[in-house]
This record gives sequence, structure tokens and C-alpha cells, in this order.
Amino acid sequence: MSSLAAADSPTTVEPAKVIQPAWVRIMHWINALAMILMIMSGWQIYNASPLFDFRFSRDITLGGWLAGALLWHFAAMWLLMINGLAYLITGLATGRFRKKLLPISPGGVISDVNAALNFKLAHDDLSKYNYVQKLLYAGIIVVRVVIVLSGLSIWKPVQLHWLVMLFGDYDNARYVHFFCMAAIVAFLVIHVALAILVPRSLRAMIIGR
Amino acid sequence: MGRMRKLLIPGVDKKLLVKDAIKVMPDLTRRRFISGGASLGALTLLTGCDVVDSDSADKLLTQVSKFNDAVQAWMFNPDALAPTFPESAITKPFPFNGYYDVDDAPEIDGKDWKLDVRGLVDNKKSWTLDELYQLPQVKQVTRHICVEGWSAIGSWTGTPLRDFLKLIGADTRAQYVWFQCADKEGYNSPLDMRSALHPQTQMTFKFADEILPRAYGYPMKIRVPTKLGFKNPKYVISMEVTNDYKGGYWEDQGYNSFSGS
Repeated sequence: MSSLAAADSPTTVEPAKVIQPAWVRIMHWINALAMILMIMSGWQIYNASPLFDFRFSRDITLGGWLAGALLWHFAAMWLLMINGLAYLITGLATGRFRKKLLPISPGGVISDVNAALNFKLAHDDLSKYNYVQKLLYAGIIVVRVVIVLSGLSIWKPVQLHWLVMLFGDYDNARYVHFFCMAAIVAFLVIHVALAILVPRSLRAMIIGR
Repeated sequence: MGRMRKLLIPGVDKKLLVKDAIKVMPDLTRRRFISGGASLGALTLLTGCDVVDSDSADKLLTQVSKFNDAVQAWMFNPDALAPTFPESAITKPFPFNGYYDVDDAPEIDGKDWKLDVRGLVDNKKSWTLDELYQLPQVKQVTRHICVEGWSAIGSWTGTPLRDFLKLIGADTRAQYVWFQCADKEGYNSPLDMRSALHPQTQMTFKFADEILPRAYGYPMKIRVPTKLGFKNPKYVISMEVTNDYKGGYWEDQGYNSFSGS
């Protein structure tokens, strides 16, 4: 009887579907903070010995000078690594990665990119990712892992020499670290722009629904 | 970016902060502080200023850096050797690096120079260069990695520091070997004992098979391929075996003290 009543008026009795569980939201915002600290201090560190013919403006760097930036970078790295590891373990253990991010088919990605470019990509159900989202979210997890591994290689090139070998040598690891940063910043620009275009998604990442 | 700054210095009124800063700092420093947020560098320049939030952030960062010292000491494997390279891999020209121009590098007369030995050692005799040159030497071609990120491969020849420590009867249970140098402003740096006893840690007398040139630390440099470059002191004039942490030129300015690679 009660179940029938519930079925009659689902909106009033049943709470709205949880799109982002609490652990995802908490880890997402910790990651956001850690990433911003890592990127801004990383830019200051880059400025001490630039790989390319440019430096980052002081206005967007953190730490004031190299030593300050290194302190920030090697403090925020714990936040980034521990939170990231917890996210990977929970994502795998709960099956969320598999359910949300797989499968990714090239055909699906192409048709969704076309739909997006023609403003026909629907966002009716925020709990289901389209192929472009799947590709970007899965891709950024991979980049996130590679930036940590290349960072560890630069930090401990002797103690973690086996890891450095993965990237060729110390100097290569620096370039890989830089390009991963560039990929994350590019992702961030798209990610934030789309969150603003679809405010419901931002709300879901804050209150879950 | 204005919003960002506000987030980074929570609770600090940006306008008031700028007003305060204008009063006490020259233009460049002011820029530094605002962009640096709770940076240690800015704090050094701001000594005496009452910037509460930056102060607590600074304390936290210093604590984490000490924690990182412990983590690195735990990660340090005394048997793990820094990779070595063929002679063909040597970086030419090998860069000069210092907080002064090469023209201001110490000019030391090898005939007058002596290495002072102090602290927890049996034999505190000073060593002339000729005496040191008599000790067995080994060569290494390893990568020098600067805290700034760049690296260069060089060839260093000299006496393993652990052999010298044994020779002078150093107490190798002590915490540090502390080096003092002839650089202007008095460069110094502590080296943890386990790193000092690492087989590749070397009292270096030659670079690329030639007597160590002035640019690279004549007459003696300490080459530690398991440490960042600034923990490889040049123009060394004394070493002290000690249990006290005596600080270092860069370490005191906020660079991580262990700085192992």
C-alpha cells in the first residue's frame, strides 16, 4: 500500500536521485584545491629554470620565489597523492569507474563530438556521461597518474631510478611533467566552462543532486 | 586573479594588506608579497611585519618540510648508486652556478689553503692540499641536479668522503658533517651522516681529469650525487662532525634541508 502511494507521488516522497555520492564530492574538491596549489607553485618552480622561451607571470604563481614555491609544492603533493590514491581505490572498488566511464568507443566519441558541435548533445540525465565526457574523465585520470609518477621521478631521480627509466631520463621526466600540467590546465578550462554552462552539474558536485 | 588571491590569503583584507605593504616595502617586494601569498620568501623580506595568516601558513609549510626530511631519510637507500654515464655524455660547457658572478668566486691559493677538521673526530689535524692529493682517488661521471630543475652531467675525481672520515677517526654515529666554505657571505651546508658515508660521496679535487678549476670550487668541493646541487659545497675550508644541526646558507632561507635526489 505504502509502496503504491510512493509510486503515485515520487517527487514528494522519494528524495532526488543522488548523482554524485559524498565521497566523490569530497575528493573532487580536495583534488581541486590540491591541483590549484600544485599548478600555481609549479609555475613558480618552472620559472627558476624554464623549459621553453617563456615564464609564467608572477601574478598567477604561488610561493613568491623558488624556495617558497617548493615548500608549497612538496606540501600540497601529499594532499594530491593521498586523495588521488583514495579516489582510485574507491573508484575501482565500488565499480564507479567501470559503470560511469566504460565502455568508450571511438564511434561514440565521434558522434557525441558532432552532436556537441551542433548543440544537440543532451544533458537530461547528469548521472550518465556521454562519450566525450567518458573520454575526458578517463583521460584526465590517466594524466593525473602520469603527472604524479613523473613528479616523483624528478623529486627522487636516484632513489626512484627505475621510475625515471619509464620516462627515459631525468630531463624527459621534466618535459612529461610539464605537458601533463598543460593537459590538466586545458582540461580545467573546458571543465569549468561546461560546469558554468550546465549549472545543475555544479550543484550536483556540491550537494550531490 | 583577484578572487584567487583572496582565496589564498583567507581572512586578510587585500586592500588593507596592500596599504600596509606600500608603507614598508619597495616596489618589487610589494609585488612579490601580493603574488606570493603566504610565501616564505615574502616573509623573509617582511620580517617584523604583522601578517598573521601568512605566518601560520609559513609555520605549517616549515613543519611539512621537516616531515619531508624524515620521509626522504626513510627513502634513502645507502646502497643505491646514482646512475653513471659515459664520458661522451658530459655536458660541455659544464655550467658555473652560484649566487654571485663567476668573477666573484673565491680565489684561493692552494699553497696557503688548509682543510680544517673539527668536532667528533680523533685526529683534528689540518690537511694541506698536497697531503690530500696523496689519498687514493676515484672518478665518477654523474648527473648534477640543481634545485632549480636543470641538470648537467660532469666528471669528478677525488677521495670518497667515507674513506677520509675513517682515516681521521670520525664518529660516524654522529648526525652530520657540516661544511664551511670560502664563498662570500660564508657558504655552509650540513650533510646527514648516512649521505656522507654513501660510496659516491666524494671530496673532489678534479673536474674532467683536470685540477678543479676556480669556477667549480677550487681547491676542494664535496660531490654528493644523491643530493641536489646546493648540497654539494664548493671552496670548502672546513668540515665538522657534529650532532648539532647548524643550518646552511640555502637551508636557512627555506630550501628543504635533506634535499636528496
